[in-house]
Amino acid sequence: MSTDTPGPTDTPDVEALRARVADLEETVAGLEAGADDRKRMTIVATKGSLDMAYPPLILASTAAAFDWDVVVFHTFWGLDILHEERSKNLKLSAVGNPSMSVPNAVAALPGMDAMATRMMRKKIGENGTATVEELIELSLDQGVDLQACQMTIELMGYDEEDFYDGVTTGVGAATALNHMADADVQLLV
Amino acid sequence: MSSKFEVTETLDVKGQSCPMPVVKTKGAIDELAEGEVLEVVATDSGSVSDIAGWADGTDGVELLDQREEADLYRHYVRKTD
Repeated sequence: MSTDTPGPTDTPDVEALRARVADLEETVAGLEAGADDRKRMTIVATKGSLDMAYPPLILASTAAAFDWDVVVFHTFWGLDILHEERSKNLKLSAVGNPSMSVPNAVAALPGMDAMATRMMRKKIGENGTATVEELIELSLDQGVDLQACQMTIELMGYDEEDFYDGVTTGVGAATALNHMADADVQLLV
Repeated sequence: MSSKFEVTETLDVKGQSCPMPVVKTKGAIDELAEGEVLEVVATDSGSVSDIAGWADGTDGVELLDQREEADLYRHYVRKTD
């Protein structure tokens, strides 16, 4: 025992402590009630080529399997992923892709994008990789919030009816930022 | 990893690749009751790491075993609560 143990004059006011404990308990209860312990992910999808449609959809559907709260905010060409008709015809660009086996000068020739896209689709089928449409349905079924940016819907001349059922429209940058501010994972694709 | 368990349901994801084995495993686990065991049969070699990672990061599931035989990957997942 230490010799400088507080004497009776240092005894705190028990009533004040009780009140303080009660305050803290109330605060903790409030925090627990309001806390959502699910992880959150926000993805901003800006690209509408076949290859760039996959990463956000695969990450979103997988995160949903982890029970994460997931928002994918689609803007500019990313809208095409959610556009029911255009999503089935996403293209791969043969130009500017160093992994393509043809030089850019050849890749720029008419028909080369279509050929690259056909080859990619064939590989997707052979590999048992899900189609973009399947991944969208899967994501929506699992509760992923697929959002279509209202400003770019209008900019691109699309109609809200053009998108898959279940897609959220009428949202903008503030909605995306609001979700992103509390997200554990934020990605720009 | 424990080796004594009875399989309740089997999920066949042969021929399917990422993210399907994980996503369908999650869907199938949701249909089970606590304590029941799901067997997942896959051909995707990535499913070994993916299902282990998913089970590790998900509450209410326990990875019991993973086996590889004749190009098939078998995963055993128990629903815990």
